[in-house]
Amino acid sequence: MGTTQSGIHRGRLAPAEYETNFSDLHPRLDDHEALVAADRCYFCHDAPCMTACPTSIDIPLFIRQISTGNPIGSAKTIFDQNILGGMCARVCPTETLCEQACVRNTAEHRPVEIGRLQRYATDVAMTENKHFYERAARTGKAIAVVGAGPAGLACAHRLAMDGHDVVIFEAREKAGGLNEYGIATYKAVDDFAQAEVDYVLAIGGIEVKNGLKLGRDFTLADLTANFDAVFLGMGLSGVNALGAEGENLAGVSDAIDFIAELRQAADKATVPVGRRVVVIGGGMTAIDAAIQAKLLGAEEVTICYRRGKEHMNASTFEQDLAASKGVMIRHWLQPKRVIARDGHVAGIEMEYTEMQDGKLVGTGETGVLTADQIFKAIGQTFEAAGLGSLALAGGRIAIDSEGRTSIANVWAGGDCVKAGEDLTVTSVAQGRDAADSINRMLAAGAQPASAVA
Amino acid sequence: MADLRNNFVGIKSPNPFWLASAPPTDKAYNVERAFKAGWGGVVWKTLGEEGPPVVNVNGPRYGAIWGADRRLLGLNNIELITDRDLYTNLREMKQVKMNWPDRALIASIMVPCEEESWKAILPLVEETGADGIELNFGCPHGMSERGMGAAVGQVPEYIEMVVRWCKQYTRMPVITKLTPNITDVRKPARAAKAGGTDAVSLINTINSIVSVDLDNFAPNPTVGGKGTHGGYCGPAVKPIALNMVAEIARDPETYGLPISGIGGVTTWRDAAEFLVLGAGNVQVCTAAMTYGFKIVEEMITGLSSWMDAKGHRNLDDICGRAVPNVTDWQYLNLNYIAKAQIDQDACIKCGRCHIACEDTSHQAITQFVDGVRHFEVMEDECVGCNLCVNVCPVENCITMVGLEPGTLDQRTGKTVDPNYANWTTHPNNPMAKQAAE
Repeated sequence: MGTTQSGIHRGRLAPAEYETNFSDLHPRLDDHEALVAADRCYFCHDAPCMTACPTSIDIPLFIRQISTGNPIGSAKTIFDQNILGGMCARVCPTETLCEQACVRNTAEHRPVEIGRLQRYATDVAMTENKHFYERAARTGKAIAVVGAGPAGLACAHRLAMDGHDVVIFEAREKAGGLNEYGIATYKAVDDFAQAEVDYVLAIGGIEVKNGLKLGRDFTLADLTANFDAVFLGMGLSGVNALGAEGENLAGVSDAIDFIAELRQAADKATVPVGRRVVVIGGGMTAIDAAIQAKLLGAEEVTICYRRGKEHMNASTFEQDLAASKGVMIRHWLQPKRVIARDGHVAGIEMEYTEMQDGKLVGTGETGVLTADQIFKAIGQTFEAAGLGSLALAGGRIAIDSEGRTSIANVWAGGDCVKAGEDLTVTSVAQGRDAADSINRMLAAGAQPASAVA
Repeated sequence: MADLRNNFVGIKSPNPFWLASAPPTDKAYNVERAFKAGWGGVVWKTLGEEGPPVVNVNGPRYGAIWGADRRLLGLNNIELITDRDLYTNLREMKQVKMNWPDRALIASIMVPCEEESWKAILPLVEETGADGIELNFGCPHGMSERGMGAAVGQVPEYIEMVVRWCKQYTRMPVITKLTPNITDVRKPARAAKAGGTDAVSLINTINSIVSVDLDNFAPNPTVGGKGTHGGYCGPAVKPIALNMVAEIARDPETYGLPISGIGGVTTWRDAAEFLVLGAGNVQVCTAAMTYGFKIVEEMITGLSSWMDAKGHRNLDDICGRAVPNVTDWQYLNLNYIAKAQIDQDACIKCGRCHIACEDTSHQAITQFVDGVRHFEVMEDECVGCNLCVNVCPVENCITMVGLEPGTLDQRTGKTVDPNYANWTTHPNNPMAKQAAE
């Protein structure tokens, strides 16, 4: 049986509980459920949901295809715009995108279940190993893609379709990026991220080289010298520090590392967790870490966010999900000092905050939360070496509307650029559109001028 | 409380909801359950002549079409008349009538088109105490291939002849059931009247192939690889049935002939529509076969509530009330002008009205106003066709508003004429008659 002792321990739960806790959050709709859900779509003209989708999937069409018994055609409609439509169906914050725009909200405060329908159609096609795209005649052009995350994969797939040869340089040992390492386990079960990578790569013409990191193993200059074009999609590798005393104590760690460890653990019982856990932050990462800490058997999990509920980056749905799992979310609290006992975390002193003249300030009033484990989830930062003179903007890579950077023949997209929201679906759109831009450049045979000076 | 008691050609029932001659009325067990559920009457499933009963196919007998959420909209069947022994049916009918003296029990009959056959069966039916008979001249499959059912109903002379025999050999009221598989339903109705029928009932089912099995390239329902046309019924046929009822109700030659309305009655509202178009009562089948007998409770309470709300005391207050308002197209008022109006508070901005109008009609609804998604009727383009009303998913969001006489029709630039004027006097009509001085 499990354990309730204080400190950070593995095996807090009985084996069956892990199984239940980390099962699929929203299981795939069965055929009947999909038909019923699809029947609710009005097939709007110039549909608001489609406009709200960063990849502009033709949602009314794919839902109509489901309702007419054509899930394979439906999947193609989705993949035409978003080759990672399977993962997006699982992780997109649909409640702030397509489903928020659904006109059914106006009619009855309940949107069509677009995300789950998208998952239904893409699952049918992927389960049947149905592939829709073939490579065009080989062009002889070679493109380097840095990072095998959503942006890089989407870019590589589109380039491969166009007949180009693609080499993806991936620092980690598996492809998938945050889909593999950064998504809560219950959102993509059964090793879906790897299945999707395989599905995308099946088109051919894409070589993935793992364990090669930009700045350590090669430079951007190496790539521009050896490839016709380069796409940078390496995401964010740095994390923000708390700026609080004692943050290097044992028991304080980055939420993204915890999420990755959990995702990679074949047996969730081997992942240790504290009895009382405090998560600092207000985004999706904070929520994912907090919920999963709870699911691992932590007795008490508290999210502390320095601003109000309305400022949280995590969607209302995610906040409600956390609450339903027993996570306490507290607002207007910032970390001041991690309290140690015997060299280990014993608690955290938090200071209340408030807005003064539009600025967030501490009120001076503090309190202590008992904790044996603290996760930092206060944002990731762009950290990269080997980029030479590449221009940045707002701490990330500067791009124009087509994804072109300041260096000729170099494009970028995904979380490493400062454009759009840091969402899987946004990264897919940027990777795809950069590929189209690259293809136009290569097809024209023209030497492009750099877009960003 | 509105009085729902029904007196149809002297046949009394506590409400105007009868179950039509069909599988739900094939035997005592079902009919007893129907009466317990509250049905006012039943037309017993069609009896055939004495001797070995007909046989049915042993594979599927029904096919269907569905709307959203798999709601059954149309059903077809290839079942025949009762496949039980005549005397079993007669014995059960007698017992049921004794058990339920306040309910209507009608015998549906289909025997060969020979005087002796009708003469033989009528006394047997009369002996059961049945309140009346209904002549099945409508069954469109199987029996019609043997010269019965629709094969009779499609020949007005045969109808008149058989009705006359029936009136001659029984004291029971005769209801003649008509087939819709005919060009002009007034012809068989007139023939039935000429033969002395007490009433007509309509419609029977419509010839149909409900769908095709695309794997086996055969019509549904498929029986061992083949299919045949079946009789179509259910909500989908209601508009056809309403028109046929109204045609007979307003035909000067059959005016006043009692009508039992049949065809897709599913709710109290459907029933009320039949009644106001001239039906004296209604018969129901598909709705019961879809949801069970309990639906009659909704029909009774719904009709009653509507009548109470509108101050209608009894069925006589409503029967036929819409008949005077059914006319020919040529008499419609061409000076009446209506425009669609969209309630912006109710609009959910799905854009269906816009695209329907833009792609297929009169380009009279905006999509954007000042760059914002906004659907609004352009009165100078709107012809008042009502398509937008029909495609809008929100009830009462788009309504048709008639222009007051004297106001300007922005589309034509003309002032709305207060006078009635129809096609018969319109200058564009080469056959126009001069208005009488």
